[in-house]
Amino acid sequence: MDLTFASLSEISDAVKSKKVSAKEVAAHFQKRIESLDSKLNAFTSHNPNALKDAENTDSRIAKGEDVGLLAGVPFGIKEMLCTKGLKTTAGSKILSNFVPPYDSTVVARLKKQGVTVMGKLNQDEFAMGSSNETSFYGAVKNPWDVNRVPGGSSGGSAAAQAARLVAGTIGTDTGGSIRQPASFCGIVGVKPTYGRVSRYGIIAFASSLDQAGPMVSSVKDAALTMEVISGHDPMDSTSSQKAVPSWSKNLSTDVKGLKIGVIKEYMKGGLDVDTEKTFSESLKTLKSMGAEIVEVSVSMSEFAVPIYYLVATSEASSNLARYDGIRYGYRAEFPSLAGVELEDFYAKTRGEGFGQEVKRRIMLGTYCLSSGYYDAYYTKAGQVRRMLTEQYLAAFRNCDVILSPVTTSPAFKIGELVSDPLAMYMNDIFTTSTNLAGLPGMSVPFGASSTGLPIGVQVTANHFDEQRMLNVAAALESVSPVKGKKPHVI
Amino acid sequence: MDKKAVEHIAKLARLQITDAEAVEFSAQMEKILQNFQKIENINTQGVEPMVTPTEIESFWREDQVVQNYKPEDMVANAPDRAGNLFKVPPVV
Repeated sequence: MDLTFASLSEISDAVKSKKVSAKEVAAHFQKRIESLDSKLNAFTSHNPNALKDAENTDSRIAKGEDVGLLAGVPFGIKEMLCTKGLKTTAGSKILSNFVPPYDSTVVARLKKQGVTVMGKLNQDEFAMGSSNETSFYGAVKNPWDVNRVPGGSSGGSAAAQAARLVAGTIGTDTGGSIRQPASFCGIVGVKPTYGRVSRYGIIAFASSLDQAGPMVSSVKDAALTMEVISGHDPMDSTSSQKAVPSWSKNLSTDVKGLKIGVIKEYMKGGLDVDTEKTFSESLKTLKSMGAEIVEVSVSMSEFAVPIYYLVATSEASSNLARYDGIRYGYRAEFPSLAGVELEDFYAKTRGEGFGQEVKRRIMLGTYCLSSGYYDAYYTKAGQVRRMLTEQYLAAFRNCDVILSPVTTSPAFKIGELVSDPLAMYMNDIFTTSTNLAGLPGMSVPFGASSTGLPIGVQVTANHFDEQRMLNVAAALESVSPVKGKKPHVI
Repeated sequence: MDKKAVEHIAKLARLQITDAEAVEFSAQMEKILQNFQKIENINTQGVEPMVTPTEIESFWREDQVVQNYKPEDMVANAPDRAGNLFKVPPVV
C-alpha cells in the first residue's frame, strides 16, 4: 500500500488487520514532515510522543481491543485546538508558552478513535486572516507554488494535507478559514452546521461563528472524520443534540433530480477568469448528471462581509479580553511589580503579545461595542444577520444545495494584500454568509488556473443537511478534471 | 477616525499601541468603518437581533461536584506565581 496517498479507512483497515503497524505509519509520515516541512512551515510543533502513542494503539490491537474508526491514522491539528500536554499557541506570541491541561472535545474524540496526533499546525494569529501571513510563527507556503499563500486561517492544515505530511488534518472556520485554504491548496474542507461539532477546548475567536471541521484529501475522508468529531457535548451549551448520521456509509454520487441553487446576486462579475470557468463547468457537470440548476435570491448576501466583520470583531474583542498576562500566556517584563498600575500592566502585556491584525480587530470590536455605538453597530448587524439567514432558509425551500465559487481568485502571492485589510476581507465574500447563517459549507477541488493553481467549488446546504452537501461534492469529485493532481512540492 | 480617537479606543481595549500604529490604524479603521456603514440604511424595524445561528436546545445535567484538575494543573501555565497563587501587580 502506498501509505502517502492512502485514504483514512485504508490506513485504519491496514493497521487493524496488522498489515502495517500504527508505529510504521507514524514513522512514515514523520519522515515526510522532516524532509518537506522546511519548505512549507506548516508545522509549529511536533508531538514528541507520536511514535509511543502509535505503539500504544498497536498494543491495544494485539490485545484484541476495539481501537476505533481511525486506528493509527496520523493527523495534524490546528494550533487553535487544545491538546493535552502539547503546546497550543493559536499562532500568537501571547500563548507562545501555553500547554493545556486538557484536550478539546474534537481532539479527545479523534484520539478515542485511534488517531495518532503528529503535531500542531500553523495558522493566522487567533484565526484572524485569509492568507496565513499573520502567524507569530511565520507565513505558511502553498505547496503548489511556494511564493503564494496557502490561504487562511487554517493554512498550515491545508498545506500539510496537500503535501501529504499527514493523512488528515483539522481546521477551524469562522468566516471561511477551512474552505478558502482548502480551495487554495486543492483539498476537501468542510465547515459543519453550527452546533454539530463541540467548540469546547477550541480557542475562541467569534463564538457565534466558529466551527471546527476536517481538511482532508477526499469527500469520503471528510465524511468519516465528521462522524468522529460531531455530536452533542455537555461541555458546550451551543452543541446540538441531533443524532449524527453515518455520512460516509450513505455517501452517494447520484444527483438525479436534485435542485442546485445559484445565488443570482453572486453572479455580478468580479471573478477571475479561471475561477468563473471552474464554477460554470461544475454547474454544467451537475446538469449533465441529472441535476436541475435553479436561480435563487439572497439579496442580503451583498452585506455579508460588513455584517461578518462587525460580529466577528465584536465577539473577538470580548473573547480576547481574557489574555491579561495573569493566569497563563505571555507577560510583559517589569523590573518589579511594585508601583505598576494594573491597567498599564494589561496594556503593555497585550500590546507586546498581540500582532497587528489581532490588535486592529480588537480595536474595531471595542469601538463597535462601546457606549453610544453598540446599537448602531452590533445590534444592527445582528438584525441584518437574521434577515440574511431567513433569506437563506427561504432559498432552501426552492433548492437542495447552493453552489458558488469559494473565493474570487486562486491563491495570491505572499505579501500581495497584506497592507490592505479591506481588500483581504473582501476575499471572504462567498464564505462569510455561511457562518453568519450557521449553514454547513464545503470546498471541493474542481479546477485549476492557467498556471496550475487549484480552484475549489463551494457546496452549501441547509442546517444539519450535511449528507446532501457531501453527496453533491462526491458527485463533483468523481468527475473532477483535477482528480489525482499533486502539488509541485511533492 | 483620527489618531486621538484610536488612542482612546486602545485605552478602552487595554492595548498599548505605538504612535506609528495609531496613525496606521486610524486610516485603516476609517476605511473599514465606512464599509460597515453599508448596513446603516437597511430597514430593520421589529427584527430581533440574531445572537446564535441555530436553535439552542437546552439540556440539563446533574448538579454534582466533579474535580477534574488539581490546583497545580490550574496554575501550571502562570507567568508568575507563589505556590498555587497567581502573582499580580498591587491592586489597592
